[in-house]
Amino acid sequence: MSIGVWNAMSLVLRRDLSLSLRRPDQLVQPLVFFLIVTTLFPLSLSPEPALLRQMAPGVLWVAALLSALLSMDGLFRGDAEDGTLEQLLLSGQALAAIVIAKTFAHWLVSGAALVLMSPLVATALAIPVAAFPVMMLSLGLGTLTLSWLGAIGAGLTVGLRRGSVLLSLIVLPLAMPLLIFGANATDRAIGGDSATGALYFLGSLCVLTTTLAPIAAAAALRITLE
Amino acid sequence: MGGYARYVWPCFVLALAILFWNLWSARRHHARALQRAARAIAMAGSERT
Amino acid sequence: MWTWFYRLASPPHVYRVAAAFAPWLLLSAGALMIYGVVDGLVFAPPDYQQGDAFRIIYVHVPASALSVMAYTFMAVAAAIGLIWRIKVAYAVAAAAAPIGASFTVLTLVTGSLWGRPMWGTYWAWDPRLTSELILLFLYFGVMSLRVAFEDPNRGDRAAALLATVGVVNVPIIHFSVVWWNSLHQGATILKLGKPAIDASMRWPLYAMLLGFLLFFGSVLCMRLRGEVLSRERLASWVRETVKT
Repeated sequence: MSIGVWNAMSLVLRRDLSLSLRRPDQLVQPLVFFLIVTTLFPLSLSPEPALLRQMAPGVLWVAALLSALLSMDGLFRGDAEDGTLEQLLLSGQALAAIVIAKTFAHWLVSGAALVLMSPLVATALAIPVAAFPVMMLSLGLGTLTLSWLGAIGAGLTVGLRRGSVLLSLIVLPLAMPLLIFGANATDRAIGGDSATGALYFLGSLCVLTTTLAPIAAAAALRITLE
Repeated sequence: MGGYARYVWPCFVLALAILFWNLWSARRHHARALQRAARAIAMAGSERT
Repeated sequence: MWTWFYRLASPPHVYRVAAAFAPWLLLSAGALMIYGVVDGLVFAPPDYQQGDAFRIIYVHVPASALSVMAYTFMAVAAAIGLIWRIKVAYAVAAAAAPIGASFTVLTLVTGSLWGRPMWGTYWAWDPRLTSELILLFLYFGVMSLRVAFEDPNRGDRAAALLATVGVVNVPIIHFSVVWWNSLHQGATILKLGKPAIDASMRWPLYAMLLGFLLFFGSVLCMRLRGEVLSRERLASWVRETVKT
């Protein structure tokens, strides 16, 4: 008696969410990192609002990228260590579907949380409130895309000892397009211009990775675990 | 070179250097692989005896 | 009729064939490059706008073309290895990577040296140079991933998957970078000068392009032999080869 794909996915999603929420300290760390990294820039450059507003899109996005990457390593590692991942592989369920569920659960507590926290960071960087909607939408699309890309990297590096550095090395070049367009969308919103073009491109990157990345990540897991 | 000599020549010299590095590196890689194969065969042979 | 094709998957066959091809590829590459360099440095007339600095094109453009071609080649070999589980294909991908990476470095340095007289700076975020830099990161990722695994088979397959994912991204990255660069056009036009190519300038460039390509082929054959050997260490054909 095997349960359907949707049931399997919702089971994995709920399990991963409840596991993550049981360790609130691990959830909070990347968010704190996000805050700290953002603080580094005014400290090292200048607190002057005009300058902050100019560099805000870049600082925001680089900080978001780095903190998202920091938490990506944990996507499969916990389950790999206690053997759950192998069970999932053997379960006969479509591995790509399981990857979708796990990655989405992971994004909900990392990327989505980051998006919710972004107004706080944006205020610190002198970003006008009018730009918030575009900023948050672009961050939402961007962090989701990054989670999919990170899933591929995590799948490839899950068994390795220094996996997290290699994961960042692998994922960052692939993430550069979304950095370019995400920062640009935010920049245009700050300037009061329409950011539709950049947002559409972010959206298409997101759709592309949502459809293809789970397959690649599942293939990666089979390579590293079997 | 119309005044650009110190940009043009290093480019060609570097190109030559990289071409030679490729050749040298490929030969060294092959030689190392032969050595390791020989060693692996020798060890496998001595295990059996 | 297709036996020649099937034999390409056989390590000992590839080992022998690569040995036969390598010297001829190298010789023809050398001849073409000697012609290209001599004609390009001596006989081609100086460019109207860039003077003699444009001659850097004769190494920069072939290097950049090969850097991208080598990555694509590596990704195709990697995909073949993953889809059809052909071990030799992984060896080909492993052999191509360092060659392509070295050409990427050459592209970046010659691009930088070309930029100095043209734009007054050793580095500029020109779309092509920036894309090349990201390509170099992609190469490093694939090469690092391959050696990170204790089991070389796993390393081969993981690197192959990454190369395939990367090659899908190369056009996306390039497009993004070109778009990003167009937003930030400075007063100077930051396109690595494609001087209006006159016929007298064109032939040495074609010769260098073909020469670099044949050179890649020859070094690939040489590296491939080492890669195949290290993957087949205890096979009987290897015993025979090592004895001789």
